[in-house]
Amino acid sequence: MYKTKDGEEIFIIDGHTHFWDGSPANQKNIHGAQFIDCFYGYHNALSPKENLWPKDKFDKYSAEQMYNDLFVDGPDDMAILQSTYLTDFYKNGFNTTERNSAMAKKWPNRFILNGAFDPRDGERGLDELDELAAKYNLKGVKLYTAEWRGDSRGYKLSDPWCYKYLERCEKLGIKNIHVHKGPTIIPLDRDAFDVADVDHCATDFPNLNFIVEHCGLPRLDDFCWIAVQETNVYGGLAVVLPFIHSRPGYFAHVLSELLFWLGEDKLLFASDYGIWTPRWLVEKFMAFELPDEVKRETGTDLTLQAKKKILGLNAARLYGIDVEAQKKKLAHAEAVAAE
Amino acid sequence: MMDAVAGRQHHEVLARLARVTDPELDEPVTTLGFITDVAVEGGHVAIRFRLPTYWCAANFAFLMAEDMRREVAALDWVQRVDVTLDDHMYADTINGGIRRGATFHEAFGNDAAADLDELRLTFNRKSFQRRQELLLRALLEAGRAPEMLVRLTVAGLHAACDDEVLGGLAARYLDRRDIPGSFDGGSLAFVDVQGRPLSAADAMRPYLRSLRNVAVNVEFNGALCRGLLAARFNEAQPDDREPTLRDFMLQALSRQTGEGQGHAQDTAPR
Repeated sequence: MYKTKDGEEIFIIDGHTHFWDGSPANQKNIHGAQFIDCFYGYHNALSPKENLWPKDKFDKYSAEQMYNDLFVDGPDDMAILQSTYLTDFYKNGFNTTERNSAMAKKWPNRFILNGAFDPRDGERGLDELDELAAKYNLKGVKLYTAEWRGDSRGYKLSDPWCYKYLERCEKLGIKNIHVHKGPTIIPLDRDAFDVADVDHCATDFPNLNFIVEHCGLPRLDDFCWIAVQETNVYGGLAVVLPFIHSRPGYFAHVLSELLFWLGEDKLLFASDYGIWTPRWLVEKFMAFELPDEVKRETGTDLTLQAKKKILGLNAARLYGIDVEAQKKKLAHAEAVAAE
Repeated sequence: MMDAVAGRQHHEVLARLARVTDPELDEPVTTLGFITDVAVEGGHVAIRFRLPTYWCAANFAFLMAEDMRREVAALDWVQRVDVTLDDHMYADTINGGIRRGATFHEAFGNDAAADLDELRLTFNRKSFQRRQELLLRALLEAGRAPEMLVRLTVAGLHAACDDEVLGGLAARYLDRRDIPGSFDGGSLAFVDVQGRPLSAADAMRPYLRSLRNVAVNVEFNGALCRGLLAARFNEAQPDDREPTLRDFMLQALSRQTGEGQGHAQDTAPR
């Protein structure tokens, strides 16, 4: 919970977190080592100096550490666990649904657990999705269209097999499709930043929500264009938000464009934990104001109401969280734990 | 000790390399810190480079390697150019391909769906738009009227850019002015990426805003790349400014004259 200096409570849902194992013991090959190194590079490149972690903590952190960083030291009230398999790089996967479920099992009021699918798994994958949805009561999935699989260097959401999976999601009540569209691993000549495939799906699956993680940067213009036409397309601020520290002027431009094209009801806060921690992100975001010149040019403003929506209310709506009831539940759980 | 001829040759190679840009960042590979070593021996030039991550797009890496080789080979005293990419997941494929003069498609076979011409064009268009935006904003800030700018000719642009900063921006822009189509001194200086004249002067602000989105996208990767490069090679980032070509050349020259052929990462501050 974040409290403004006037004492107002801001309910925070962290839209993108991971409980990963990138440690050398779990790495299958050099790609696994280079993948976590690249994440560590992001961490180093955009974190304030006082929030830098040593590499071994970054490789693999404990459940208690994560809980503390998000909810005790950090201001999150809830967090969404996004699953990333990368089984070609890591022996037990990077952060599979099963690994993430340890967090959700331990602190059920705190976490929303999302699964994943890969349309290249064909019929077998559909069965597995059924099982996964039943086992974890999934309301969302995270898709990584640039992931390698054998000889394949990725897929598109508009592939016929992907449509079968999205149809299945609809049937299973998995309403929220988080799609990684942003800085990517291993784009060869396939344009992995391309967001055009989201456009097709959003039109063809009006009952599903498509949350485009990282807002399609570095293809913000294409993303904004699609999002303005499709009412069920949202922007996830993971990786975008940390620029608030090192490049605040740049961040203001990006955010004002997002507010102009998508509006404050369509943006979701995310720390991308463990790449970044939520405390400094939320503190800086709450203190942030758009410069006058940017406001004038786009006619947008980042009001307190907009901040509240972005930090939690929008995600609560997508995931059917009753914020007042959830606050009571969390307060009760805390009181019990303190006894 | 490097003699005067070798020093001049080295300088010429660096100047050619400064013409090679990262396609997405639209910045010279020299100022981005990608070049780690330039060795000149008679007519033989050996260049080593690196990228911010092991995963950086193979097509971009290939394109830059190709451009480096072509630019340096254009010097009349150069007989052979070797370009080597280090620390990249496709280093072997790319280095082998460049060595045999293969196309991207030939080098990567079935993994590569297309050759690089279209990619090059896409990024040249973005580069045109980005350079145009910077120049237009600078001219507006310097008090030039939008009504005048939409009618300005290329020859007139030269005259209007009467100081060093504007002149530099104009030169960079004119370097890409052929993207929408061929031009001469009498052509309009400012056209959109399709070659159409800019509409009425009151539409200048919305037009600039649309161009700025191109820059915003490019900058996202630019800021990340610099940070990732510094983190990867454990090098300090400058606090207050980006290093310039001049910094790089001074550093490279002092390295060559003082320490022979060490890699930049061996001598960079930790």
